[in-house]
Parts: sequence; structure tokens; C-alpha cells
Amino acid sequence: MRSIAEIFVTPRARRIWALIRKESVQVLRDPSSVAIGIVLPTILILLFGYGLSLDVTSVPVAVVLENPTPRATELAAGFRMSPYFDATVVTAMPRAQELMVQRKVDAIIRIRPDFARRLNGGDTEIQVLTHAIDANHARIVETYAQGAVAAWAARQRGEGKPVAGAGPVTVQNRLWFNEAFDSRYFLVPGLVVLVMTLIGSMLTALVVAREWERGTLEALFITPVAPDEILLGKTIPYFVLGLIGLAICLLSAKFLFHVPFRGSLWVLTGASMLYLLVALGIGLLISSALKSQFVAIMVTMLVTFLPAMMLSGFLFDLRSMPLAVQGITYVLPARYFVALLQTVFLAGNVWSVILPNAAALAGMAVVLLILTRGVTRKKLA
Amino acid sequence: MTPPPPILACQAVVKTFRRETGEIVRALDGVNVEVGHGTLAALVGPDGAGKTTLLRLAAGLMTADSGDVAVLGMDIRRDAASVQARIGYMPQRFGLYDDLSVQENLDLYADMHGVTGPPRRQRYERLLHMTALGPFTRRLAGKLSGGMKQKLGLACTLIRQPELLLLDEPTVGVDPLSRRELWEIITDLVHGQGVSVVVSTTYLDEAPRAGMAIVMHQGKVLACGPPDEVCHIATGRVFRVRPASGQAARGLQARLLDAPGIVDAVPEAGLVRIVTVDTTPPTLAELEPPTSTRETFRDGFMVLMQSTQTQADEGLDQGFHQPATAPTAFSLQPTASPVVSVRGLVRRFGDFTAVDHVDFQVRRGEVFGLLGPNGAGKTTTFRMLCGLLPASGGELTVAGVDLHKTRASARQRIGYVAQKYSLYGQLSVVENLGFFASAYGLRGSRRRGRIEWAIREFGLADFARLTSEKLPGGYKQRLAMAAALLHEPEILFLDEPTSGADPLARRDFWRRITALAEGGVTVIVTTHFMEEAEYCDRIAIIDAGKIWAQDTPANLRQRARRDDQPEPTMEEAFLEIVEAARRGNP
Repeated sequence: MRSIAEIFVTPRARRIWALIRKESVQVLRDPSSVAIGIVLPTILILLFGYGLSLDVTSVPVAVVLENPTPRATELAAGFRMSPYFDATVVTAMPRAQELMVQRKVDAIIRIRPDFARRLNGGDTEIQVLTHAIDANHARIVETYAQGAVAAWAARQRGEGKPVAGAGPVTVQNRLWFNEAFDSRYFLVPGLVVLVMTLIGSMLTALVVAREWERGTLEALFITPVAPDEILLGKTIPYFVLGLIGLAICLLSAKFLFHVPFRGSLWVLTGASMLYLLVALGIGLLISSALKSQFVAIMVTMLVTFLPAMMLSGFLFDLRSMPLAVQGITYVLPARYFVALLQTVFLAGNVWSVILPNAAALAGMAVVLLILTRGVTRKKLA
Repeated sequence: MTPPPPILACQAVVKTFRRETGEIVRALDGVNVEVGHGTLAALVGPDGAGKTTLLRLAAGLMTADSGDVAVLGMDIRRDAASVQARIGYMPQRFGLYDDLSVQENLDLYADMHGVTGPPRRQRYERLLHMTALGPFTRRLAGKLSGGMKQKLGLACTLIRQPELLLLDEPTVGVDPLSRRELWEIITDLVHGQGVSVVVSTTYLDEAPRAGMAIVMHQGKVLACGPPDEVCHIATGRVFRVRPASGQAARGLQARLLDAPGIVDAVPEAGLVRIVTVDTTPPTLAELEPPTSTRETFRDGFMVLMQSTQTQADEGLDQGFHQPATAPTAFSLQPTASPVVSVRGLVRRFGDFTAVDHVDFQVRRGEVFGLLGPNGAGKTTTFRMLCGLLPASGGELTVAGVDLHKTRASARQRIGYVAQKYSLYGQLSVVENLGFFASAYGLRGSRRRGRIEWAIREFGLADFARLTSEKLPGGYKQRLAMAAALLHEPEILFLDEPTSGADPLARRDFWRRITALAEGGVTVIVTTHFMEEAEYCDRIAIIDAGKIWAQDTPANLRQRARRDDQPEPTMEEAFLEIVEAARRGNP
């Protein structure tokens, strides 16, 4: 019946250790903690890594080749070979229109009969018609088409054939930081935000509210334990669990999805720790205020998880949001963390981005932890 | 020499709470209490009386709005930490971590209290011996029975010997055997080790075990002194009346409740026990003259409650009528064919047998009680009877059919009030009734008529527009019963309908049951309040999934009759039967 706690010299250290040990045992034994802390992050990683991708590939298109001159045929072949398109070559426009109406194709690339002649004259035109019911999709297809034409033009130049004039043929489209234009490159780092939010805020809010509901905090309050010891007993285990979640995300990013990692691991870990503290602060604050598992999980979902998903720049670009919504994002810790993550992963240690975002997170962490300490009293009402 | 200060002293203590609806509740309303050193004090009162609030104030977990609370001679507001270092407090539900084993729970509290080294091991040994939890140290607390949980909670509280021990309803939801064991432990702490104990309870029969009773109601202390003083309030005012032959005791009891000059009436061993407003025995036409009997704590308590309950009683009178359906005269003939018949009923969950070869028959118009501790298998039996759960074996018929196997229309003939009442908290009283009427397929004028009937019959008119979650406790139960009776079922199943209700609400409830049974409705009810068994025509004592005895309350009490126990209570009879069963079936 000896316990490790006995080797701790001061009663205070012994109490904190006993609380940490208790919490860890509970996490390991409680299926819902394991589900939120480990199973859910893993599912998210696999889902975002493999299943959900914002990339569009094999877009069905019809290439209308009305006059198969060698250069026009080469362009059409460019579409046929591209992994982004699943091109059907037709010889007349009406047939292509028919396919489009039946939604068998999402776009029509029309290479006019006078393509070769006009090309030499430096006045080329390629018509791209997109099925624009899904506007986002249409824009992506449009960009791909431009890309394919540009690739063709580059090949032509490489072979010494002149490609003159402006217009779509000379489109210069360069993608920075995400050269492969692979959405995994920003989705997987973004996952770190979701996992940290899940463990830091939701799991913590849940376990603290549970102690209120089951009356266990009431029994603890009567012992000599101090409020900050209770807080440390809750913070440290979930902080460690959050770091484990971080490790799972980083390892899968690197080895499963081959996301480039250009910044320093230390900067990333430091930033994640800061965000984890903020998330823990929110979770502890909400659960101390609400004291009910159901309400706590709903509120944390609304104020942390959903904003982290929608308004952090993880899925949707913040700059394309209405100004009012952009304003809201400034109070969301996830926004700063996403900026940090994407920079450290894909651009490297860009201090001009890292420092202000880290400062914002640090400030929030300090305010939240002070607030949490303030509301945690050994009183029931 | 000045006498030592009392271990707990409250003076003019007021504590208010604001409900979510905005109304202010006075949980404690000018409370004065003094508990001396080495005293075992029982804090008695119905739910919402303010017992928990008082204990929490004494433990320093809440602060009073005004007034003084002194514990061990110290002001709890100023010296909460030093008071807490010298007291023990067990909250309701015992404050245990279900995911931790017995040993891990003990370790946690020992570390919290800084109990280490050899004293810790000695203490463990002693506590495990006292609670008989020694063989279960590796079992998770969540897997313990209610009685074992309660003892573990107590052990965690006693990890460091306190000078004052505060226990908040430690015996709620615990079977009578475990309750008795707990009281033995508490009594030993007080007399053997000089610990002062304040224990709150809703079981009135527990109060006489204490050296002092504090009777609370609606935030006020009605009495504070030796339990005998409370008993004496009713001295010379308690009588027993024998019902006319052929009349059920509860029928007479229901009528006597309304008789002038009578404070309380309960059925007891085939007779009716009455408490009168003065010492002259009432003269009752056509009945033998009442015989005087010894007063109990409950009798005194009812007199105290009555003095504060005039208002509620008016509500009761307004709410209660004889059923609109003319009561058909029923004579309970033993030959009458059973309406509910259960033979060899078995229900297994994995390798756990919740209901183990249960047999019973219930005749039309009978009130049949299933009496047993939590986890005995009462609810499981009910669910099978109502067709909500298939049986693993055996036969059962309700109104001639097995509800699980026949079509839902057969369920029209039964009404079911589940534990905690299946009401929609956000819907108003009328909306709840409307919903259940539709669910039972009532339409048009019949639907309107039945809803009006329910509102009138159960005195719900004043609350018709209130959402059901805001109803006072007793009215929730009325609404649940009204909803179950909308379609005029022949058979009514009530699962722990009185759990958490105060004695007056429970009495009101049984009056309705009596009226329904007189109207020919068959009632099957579960309860863990032993004294409620007296309202039933017959009861079955159920423990660990088996029925151990089945008889009239009077006959069951006779079984426990011994020389040292000439007039056993229902609880004593229950203990006798269950203990005998457990001895024979280890």
C-alpha cells in the first residue's frame, strides 16, 4: 500500500502529485476521455489526410477540337494527359454542349478551327466554359484550365516554337509555399489546432464539470487542498495529453502525408504549448462557471471547436470573409495559432509572423489563467 | 469554569439562492441550532427543507447571507481552513471517483489529508476492517453496491479522525441492511471514539437512533432537541382503529384523513394509526372505539409539519376528489382470476441475473407492492411487465396477454409511471397532457374531456400554463400520474413514485391510489419506503432478483415477531426476511 506520492516531501507536492495521478488513471480508464483525446484526433487525421481533400482531380471536361492541326492536337493532348482532367475530345461544339447539359462534363475547352493560324499571328483565344452551379468548383476548374494551357505554352517554348501574344496562353501562375497546390499541406497543420482544442478545451471542460456533477469536488474542497493545486492537478495531465496529440499530428504529417516542415520544431512546440494553455484556460473557465457536463460541452463546442474550424483560417481564408466576421476572428485564439502553424510548417521561421501571433497567444493564456484562478474557490455558491 | 463551546452553533442564519427563473428561495430562514460535543444529531426533514445547505455552511463550502455559524468554537467565515482541517464531510453521493478502485480512492484522500507512513497503514487497516471492504480494495468504486459505496465514502471521510463529522443523506438509496450497518458504524464513532456527528436524513425512523433531532422544514427549524421531545408532542394523541370487517385499512385511513380533529392517519398492520389534535379519542360511528398506542417520532413530526402546512392542506383539499368514475363495489375474492400473472420470470443481462425466477399473481382491484432495495430487480420486472423489455425466460401475462409479444394496442389497457416521471420539462402542464392524450390515441371530445378531468382531478388548474420542470415536486408526481391515467387504464404500474417526496406528498399520493383501487383499477407499485408497504393489499419482498416472501403486510410483520420484538415494524420484518434469505443463499 505504499504510494509513490509518499516520496514527495512537502504535503503540497504530494497533493498535486496525487491529483495528477488520479486524473491520469481516470483518463486511461474512462472510454470517453480516450475517445476525445486519442481516437477522435486519429480519425480526424485520417479523414482530413485521406478522405477530405479540397483538391479537385479528374474533372470531366470536353475538349472541342474543331480543326485537328498538329499544334491544336498537342494542346488537347495536354488536357488529356493532365491528372487534373478527365478529358473527352469531341470535334464539334453541339456535342460538347450536350455533354455539359447532361452534366457529364464540368467544362468545355474550345480550341477554335483557326487556332493554329491565329497563334502564329499572336492573337490566340481559347474558350473555357465552366459549369458554374458550384462557383468554387468552377473557379478551380478555370484555374486548372489556365494552368494546363500555360504548361502547354511552356512546352512549346521549350521546343523553340513561338507562342506570342497575351491572353490565357501567357498566364503566369505561380504557387508559393504550396507548390504542389496540395490542400493536405495546410489541412494537416490545421488539424493540430482542432486536436489541441479538443483536448485542451472540450475534454478539460467535460472532466471538471463531471466532478461538479458527481459531487467529488465538494469532497475535495473539504481537504487541505488549495485551489491552485486543484487547477494544476487538472492542467498538467491534459497538457501532457495535448502534447501527445501534437506528436501524433506531427508524426503523421511528416511520415504519412509528407507535409514539408520548414520551420523549427522548437518554435512549433512552443507555439502549441501556448495555445494549449489558452485552450485549457477556456475549458477550465467554462466548466467552473457552468458545472454541468452537457452545457459545458455545448458551450465549448460553440466558443472553441467550431470557431477553430470555421473562423481560424484553417478551412476558409479569413481575408475573403465579411469585415464584421473578420473582426470576430481577432478574439479567437485559434486564428493566431493557425497563422503560426501554417507559417512554421510551410514557410519556415518567419519571425515577423511568429512573434506577434505568439505574443497574442501568450497574452490570452495569461489573462485566462488569471481569470480561472480567480473563479476557482473552495466554495459551492 | 466555562463550559466548552458547542461543536456547531448557528445563530439566525439566512441563506438565499436565486433560481434560474429569477425567484429568490430562502433555503435557510433564520436558523438557530446548537450541537454539543460528542453528540449524534440527526437533521430530519423533507426534500428542500434546507438540510444540505446547513451542512454545507457548517463545512465552510458556502457562506451565509447573514447570521453566525461557529464550528468547534471558530467562526467558519474567518477560519474555514482550520475548521476544515478538523472536520469530516461526506456529500450526497459520497464524493467517490467511480473510475478509481477502492484503494485508489483511499490513497487519494489520504494524500489530500497528508496522512502518510505507518499511521496511514494503520488507518487503512482499521477502516477496511470497520467497513468490511478489505476483500474489495481492487474493485472500482463505480462497481460497488450502494451500501458499499456509502461505506467507502465514509472511510474516505474518516481517513483522518475528525472531531466533527458531517454526513449528507448517507442512507438515501441504500438498502435497509446497509442502512443499519452504517448506523452501527456511526454510533460506534460517537460512543466509542468521541466524534460528534451531524447526519441528515429523510427517513423519519432513523431519527430516534440519534441523541438529538433537528427537524427542518422550508428553511426553518421546527424542533431541536432529544428525539423523545418530538415523540412527546404526540403523547396521548395516537390511537389505533380497526376497520369494519371486509374494509381495507387504507380505505378507512383515506376517510379518516378528512375527518375533523385528525392530524394524520396511516395504515398499520391491518389497522389504522391516527394522530389527533387533542388527547380525546375520536368517536367513530360503526367502529370499535380506538385503542391508545405509543407515540413514535413520525407522529410527533407529522404534528409539527401540520402546524406549518395549513396552506398546503388547502391545496390538497382543492386538489383531491373521489374519482369521477363511480367506484364499483369490489369484494376481493380469492377465486377471482389474476389480471397480472408472472411465472418463473427470468431476465439476464450478460452473466448477471437481474430477475431470477419470479412468481406472483395480482387480482383485479388489488394494490400489489414490490418492496426491495435499489438494484433488487424491481424496475427490470416492471419493464418486462409493460412490454418494454423481453424476458429471458418464464411466462408473463398482463390483462391476458404478453405485452412484449402482442401489438401495441394491448398497451392501451395499462398505465405506466416511470421513475423520475417521464414528463417533458419544457412543455406546460396542458401541453404535456395533450401530448400524452394524443400518444394514447384520444381524440375529439373524449380527449378534451379527459384532459379537463385530469386537471380537475389532480388539482392542476393553478399550474396549467407552467412548464412541468417548474412544478413543485409533489405536483410533478400528480401530473405524471394524470398523464398515465388519461386513457383510463385497467392496470397502473408505478415505479418508485414516492422517491424523494416528503411525507405529506406521499400521504397524498397513497390517498389517490386508494381511490383508484376502489374504482377497480389494479395497481402495482414499487417502493423502498418500508412503511408504505402498509398501504398495499399484498407485498412481495424482492432482493437480488428473487422474491423471498409474498403476503399481506400484517402477516409479514408477524413473521418477525419475537419476544424482544413483540410488535415488529415493516422494516424489521423486511430485514428479518432478507437476512434469512441471504444466510441461506450466500
